[in-house]
Amino acid sequence: MGRKILLENSDIPNIKSFDVFRAHGGYVSVEKALKTMAPDEIIEEVKKSGLRGRGGAGFPTGLKWTFLDRKSNKPRYLVCNGDESEPGTFKDRYLMEKLPHLLIEGMICSSFALGVNTAYIYIRGEFKYLLGILNQAINEAYKNGFLGKNILGTNFSLDMYVHPGAGAYICGEETALLESLEGNRGNPRIKPPFPAVVGLYDCPTVVNNVETLANVGYIVNFGGDAYASIGLGKSTGTKLISACGNINNPGVYEIELGMSVEDFIYKEEFCGGIKDKLELKAVVPGGSSVPIVPKELILFTASGEKRLMTYESLAEGGFESGTMLGSGGFIVYDQNACIVRNTWNFSRFYHHESCGQCSPCREGTGWMEKILWRIEHGHGNMKDIDLLISIADKIEGNTICPLGDAAAWPVASAIRHFREDFIFHVQYPEIVKNIKHGALYKYDNQD
Amino acid sequence: MMLKITIDNQTIEVEEGTTILQAARKIGGSVVPPAMCWYSKLEGSGGKCRTCLVKVSEGSAKDPRPLPKLVASCRTPVVDGMVVQNKTSPEVLEARKAIVEFLLINHPLDCPVCDQAGECDLQDLSYDNGKVSCRYQESRREFEVIDIGNLIKLHMNRCILCYRCVYVADQIAGKRVHGILYRGDVSEISTYIKNSIDHNFSGNVIDVCPVGALTDKTFRFKNRVWFLKPMTAHRDCPTCSGKVIAWMRGSEIYRITGRKDEFGEVEEFICNECRFEKKNINDWIVEGPTTLKRHSVISQNHYKEIKTPSIINPLKEKMEKQTNDE
Repeated sequence: MGRKILLENSDIPNIKSFDVFRAHGGYVSVEKALKTMAPDEIIEEVKKSGLRGRGGAGFPTGLKWTFLDRKSNKPRYLVCNGDESEPGTFKDRYLMEKLPHLLIEGMICSSFALGVNTAYIYIRGEFKYLLGILNQAINEAYKNGFLGKNILGTNFSLDMYVHPGAGAYICGEETALLESLEGNRGNPRIKPPFPAVVGLYDCPTVVNNVETLANVGYIVNFGGDAYASIGLGKSTGTKLISACGNINNPGVYEIELGMSVEDFIYKEEFCGGIKDKLELKAVVPGGSSVPIVPKELILFTASGEKRLMTYESLAEGGFESGTMLGSGGFIVYDQNACIVRNTWNFSRFYHHESCGQCSPCREGTGWMEKILWRIEHGHGNMKDIDLLISIADKIEGNTICPLGDAAAWPVASAIRHFREDFIFHVQYPEIVKNIKHGALYKYDNQD
Repeated sequence: MMLKITIDNQTIEVEEGTTILQAARKIGGSVVPPAMCWYSKLEGSGGKCRTCLVKVSEGSAKDPRPLPKLVASCRTPVVDGMVVQNKTSPEVLEARKAIVEFLLINHPLDCPVCDQAGECDLQDLSYDNGKVSCRYQESRREFEVIDIGNLIKLHMNRCILCYRCVYVADQIAGKRVHGILYRGDVSEISTYIKNSIDHNFSGNVIDVCPVGALTDKTFRFKNRVWFLKPMTAHRDCPTCSGKVIAWMRGSEIYRITGRKDEFGEVEEFICNECRFEKKNINDWIVEGPTTLKRHSVISQNHYKEIKTPSIINPLKEKMEKQTNDE
C-alpha cells in the first residue's frame, strides 16, 4: 500500500520544467515506445493494465482505444479532457499544474499507439493560469525534440495544442467538448455516432481524461502487468482523490485502489478524520453527481462488508445502498451539515449548467432547484419531497447526455437516505427560516 | 440490403440508414411516435425534445439484447431485426407523459390568445399524453415579445427550444443571424444584437415552429385558424414553387402557409413574397379544399381525427368556372 505512480515526484522543486522532469526519469517511456514498441503493443499493454477512465465513468481505456475507427483514411485525433468542472473534483488541475510534462509524456505515447498526429488538451475556461504552464511545457517539449516532426529521429510526428473553454460544465461531456473545440456552442451531440467514429471535425477521435493519459507513461515503462499488480481486482492502479469538506486535511491524495474508505477518512496521512472531532454524517465519494451515502453505508456495504476505495466496492448495492467512485471528488459532511441545503446547492449548479438542449434536463433541473429552494427556505410542503423523487426519476435516462442523470442522482439519493432532514425542513419552517446561513445550517439540537 | 424492423408488432422492411421514426412513419397509424423537434427536411435536427423516445426491446437479429435506455427514434438508425415498442410499452408512455409535463411547465398555456391554437403540435401532444392537473407551482420563465424583422414576431415564452428555426435559418434562409443565446432553461432564440432576419425564405421559420413562438405578423389576431378554410392554391412564383395553402374566409385570404403533410411537415418551403404579400384572391389559382390528414383540434370543440374533408367548398362553382375557362 502507498505506492505512487503519478505524484511520486510532485514535490521535487521545479519539476514543472523540462530539465528537472527529464532528470527524474521523464520522457523515458517516449523513447521506449517510439524506438522499441509497435503501436499495437502499447494498446495491448494498456489493455493488460486494466486502466479505467479516470474522468468518472470508469470505462476501460484499452477497450475504448480499440473502438477507434482505423479503416477510414481520415486523420485521427487525441483529445485530453481537462475540463474538470465537477464540484468536489480538483485532481486534474493539480496534476497539470504540478506535472505538466507527465501529461504530455503520456499523450505522446498514447498518440503513437493510436496513430494520431494532432493532439489537443482542452482545459476549462477557469483554468486560465494553467494555459501558460501547459504552453510552456509544450514549447519545451518541442524544443527538445519530443514534439513536432520526426520525434527522436523516427517518422512519427505529433503536434499538440492547448485550448481553453469558455467556462461550461457541460463541455466536460466528450461530444460537447468536441463541439466547443470546433468553435461551436458546447452542446452535446446525439449518439450514435460515437466520437471513436465521428469525432472532432468528423474524424475518429479518442477523448481521455488527464489522469488516464498521465498513467500511460508508467504502463509503457513498466508494462501492463506491473500496473495491474497495483490495486484490487478490476480496479487497477492508483487513483487521485481530491478530498474536501469537513475533514482535517483536505487535498489531493494518490491512493492505491483497494484501500478501505474508513482508513482514507480517518488515517492521519489522508483525510485525518473529521474536523473539530465531530461525527461523520455523509460522504459523496465521486464528485457532486454521484449519490450521497450516509455514514453507515459508506464505511460498510449493506451486507456488512468493509467498503473499499474501488469502482466495484463503492458501487455495491446499486443505487439503493451504494454509490460510485466517479471522478474521485471525495466530499465529507460532518454531523452538522444540512443535507437539504447541500442538495439545493448541487441542484442549483446543475440548473445553471444545463445546456438547454433537451427538454427533461432543461426544465427538470430548474424545477428541482426551485422546489429545493422552497424547502430549504421554509416554504416547502410534504408533497414536494415525493415530487422531487418523481422529477428526478423522469429526468434520469431520458436525456441526451449524462448531465441529466448527474442532476437527478444527488437529489434522489439525498431523499432516499436523508428523508428526515427534508421532513424537518417542512415541519419546522420557522426554525429553518430564522437561521442565518453563514455556514451550513446547524439544526440538529433545536427542537 | 433491406433491414427488417418490427414496431409495435408490425413489421416492415426499410433501407439502410433509415431511422426508427422514419420506419414508423412508413407503417403509419398509431405506431408513429410524436416528433416535436425532428424535421425530415432539416439536416441535424432532432434528438432534443425527447417526445419520440421508444423502447428497443431487441437490439438486432445478431444481438437480441434490449438497449438499456429509451432511445430517440428520430435519430436512431434501424438495425436489422430490431424490435421496437412505442405505444405498447408502458415505460415509453410514462416517459412521454413526463416529457409533456416538462415541456408545459414553462409554457404560458395562453392558447386562448395564441395564434397557433388549433394547429399546434404541443396542443395535440398534450391532448394525447398530458395530464389534467399541473404539479408545477413555481414561477414560469418570462421573456419580452420581440420582432424578428418586420414580418415575424417571436414569443419566447411559448418556445420549446426545438431548434428547428435555427436550422431553417442556417440551411434555407442563408446568412444566419439568429440562434440560441444563453443556456439551460433561460436559453432563448434570438437574433444577435437585435438583428432582423432579412432573407426571402425567412418566413419558413413560422411553418416549422411546432408551437406559437414564431408567428406571422400579417396574420396575428386576425382570425382563429378553425374559422378559416384551408384551400390548396398555387401561383407562378419566380423564387419558389408557389404551391401553398391559402387560409380563407369567404373569398378573403387571411394567410398563406406552405403545404403540410400528415406529419405536419412542410412539403416545399415557400418564399416570403408568396407568404406575406400575396393576400389577394386574384394572385392565386385556388385548386380546392385541402384534405387534412392529420390529428388536429381544428374541428371546433371536438378533438377528433379528421379523415375526410368535412368542409364544404364555398368556391366550388367559381373554381369550376375558372377551370373551364382555362
